[in-house]
Order: sequence, then structure tokens, then C-alpha cells
Amino acid sequence: MAFIDYYKTLGIAKTATEAEIKKAYRKMARKYHPDVNPNDKASEEKFKEVSEANEVLSNPANRKKYDKHGENWKHADDIERQQQQQRQYAGQQQQSRQQSGGGYGDEGYSDFFESMFGGGPSRGNRNVKFRGQDYNAELQLDLRDVFITDKRTLTVNGKNIRLTIPAGVKDGQQIKIPGHGGDGMNGGPKGDLVIRFSISNNTDFKRDGDNLYATVQLDLYTAMLGGDLMVNTFDGKVKLTVTPETANGTKVKLKGKGFPVYKKDGQFGDLYITYELKTPTKLTEKEKQLFEELSKLRQA
Amino acid sequence: MKTEELIRIDELCVHYEVEHTFFTHLSEAGLIELTIIENTSYIHTNLIGDVEKMMRLHHDLQLNMEGIDVVFHLLNKIDHLNSELSAAKNRLRLYEDDL
Repeated sequence: MAFIDYYKTLGIAKTATEAEIKKAYRKMARKYHPDVNPNDKASEEKFKEVSEANEVLSNPANRKKYDKHGENWKHADDIERQQQQQRQYAGQQQQSRQQSGGGYGDEGYSDFFESMFGGGPSRGNRNVKFRGQDYNAELQLDLRDVFITDKRTLTVNGKNIRLTIPAGVKDGQQIKIPGHGGDGMNGGPKGDLVIRFSISNNTDFKRDGDNLYATVQLDLYTAMLGGDLMVNTFDGKVKLTVTPETANGTKVKLKGKGFPVYKKDGQFGDLYITYELKTPTKLTEKEKQLFEELSKLRQA
Repeated sequence: MKTEELIRIDELCVHYEVEHTFFTHLSEAGLIELTIIENTSYIHTNLIGDVEKMMRLHHDLQLNMEGIDVVFHLLNKIDHLNSELSAAKNRLRLYEDDL
């Protein structure tokens, strides 16, 4: 059915007051009423149009819907309810997809609309543009996987997406790939693909931002007398020189030996080494004797 | 002997959901003729079509009794003119066929 401009039917402006609507309707009704136009089909049709226009425009709630949704005003409640459900539905899907890493098909989404509105192309609500659904996926990686920039191929909702994962990505960080979500409705734009990184750490290093933290055991003698010590960093071993009389819990910063800074090539955080003094156990008689001598010397 | 078919106004009031005074006003304006039998008002059944039309004019177009009266007079006049027009056309057709 063609769109009928009710304001035009009654010959009034869109800003017409209720009194003006009433007046226009009465004038039209007197002119086209079937009882005053017997055997006149054209007048009868016109009277029906005028009555319909009056029914809509004389009711403030209906008029508001008509002004907002135009020809779709009869489905205004459905449209608004549907939009609300779409938002709720998107939220639920986001949660479930975070668990599965998958998405749902465009067809399913269309079916959802179809079930709400039916499929007739002439239905007014088909003209309402809806942005496509955002797809959410979770990518589980190991800390070592994100130490260097790497490429991965993900399969999301049946589509392969080649993705460059920059070094230094953080746990819980999300990246958005525009236009890789669900198809829009009625010519609306596609949604986005949002990937959340879940990074597990099975290393001896604790990561805090771009810095790494590690604890290194230091034997009593090296701590007291100093010496060289080979320690593990994230990408290899380094030799540390331990200064004499190093206390338990002493921290050493290895500049630039931390984690890569996200999207800043060549920049790294720092590695903090904490010395944990390891005291000797199962002392021999000779060792006990020497420690006693040391103790006496210290007391003296 | 011709039998008069009457219907009680009370029944019409219930059927059309209108006040009894509506019929009283129509009667006072001379639009309908009520028959009173033992304090009960009746109307001829052949007037029901006109009464329904009067109700529509009253409710749809907010016409008062005088307005309804004018409309009915004009409609009757149109009917009469249409009849005359039809008769004239028919007579004219007879002359046209002869030619």
C-alpha cells in the first residue's frame, strides 16, 4: 500500500494544533460523508482516507508515532521493542562468544528480523537501517607467543581472517577489526570483529606492563664476596656481576631486557631481578667451626 | 387491512447505544414521527434506515437536529432532481432514437 501523508489528506501543516486537525476533519467529513454523497464511490473512498487520517492525527500518541516513524507508525512499538531486544541479544551473544570464540551466522540474524517483521519488501520497517552485529572472539596465547610480532589465521563465523598480532599485546587487551562483523540490515554498515587476548603465563617471569620481574637465588658466598652470576632473561642468558655484601631481597634492574612495548618497534621494558639469598644447609663440622669463628670475629 | 410495523424506541436505544432523548429531539425537530401507545414510544420500522442515517450525521459530522433536517431536505431535493434528470434523459433518448 502506498504511503499516505495524513497531513496532506486533511490539508493541514505538520505543525497543526489539535483544534486545527479537528476543524479540518469536520470540514472534509461534511464534504465527503457517504450519507451526503449517496452512490458516490469516490467520495466514499475519500471519506475513508479522511477518517483514517483523523484517527491517527487526533490521537496524540498515534500522531507522535506517525511523526517519528512515518508510514511505519503502526509498527512503531514493534520497531522499538525489536531495537531493545537487539541490544539485549547482542549483549548475550557477546558473552557466549567470549567462551566459544565463535559467532553466529548472518542468516540467523536475518531470521531474527524476519520473525519480528516478516519478509515483505514493502513493509516499512525494512527501510530502517541497522548496523551489523559486532562479533566478539577470544584468542588464547602464551606469553612467549606475544614476545615477537606474529601472524595468525583465525576462523571466525566460518571466515578466515589473517591477523597480525603485534608484540607486547597485553592480557585482556582488545583489538577491533572494522567491517568484519555481521552484515548490516537494509543497507546498514557491517559490524566489527572484536578480538580479546587472553594471555597465559607459564614462565618464571612476572609481567607488569612492559616490565618483567624475576627472582634469582644467590648463594651466601657470592652474596658476601661478590662474583659473576648467569641469569635467565626472557630471550636468553646474561652474566651479572654481583657486588660483595649483597643483601637478601636486593633488586637489580636490567634495562631493556623486559617485554616489548606494544606497537613500538625496538622499545622494551626493563627486567627486575630480585636476589633471594640461599643459606647453606647440612653444614659439615668443619663448616660449623668456621662459621663459629666468623661469628666470634663479628662479635669482637 | 394494512398492518403497521412498529418497533419500541427502548429497543433501538439498547441496540444503537443512544439516549432516549435523541429520538425525542428528532421527533421535536419533525424529523421522525413517534407513535405513543400506553406511554411507550414506537417508531415505524420503515423509518429505521433514515434514523440510522440521522445518527451517523449526528455522530460523524456533529450535526444538530436543524442541520440534519437541512441535509435531509437537500438530499430529498437531489433525489427528486436526479429522478427528473433520469426521466428527461429517457425522454430525450426516445427523440434521439426516432431521428
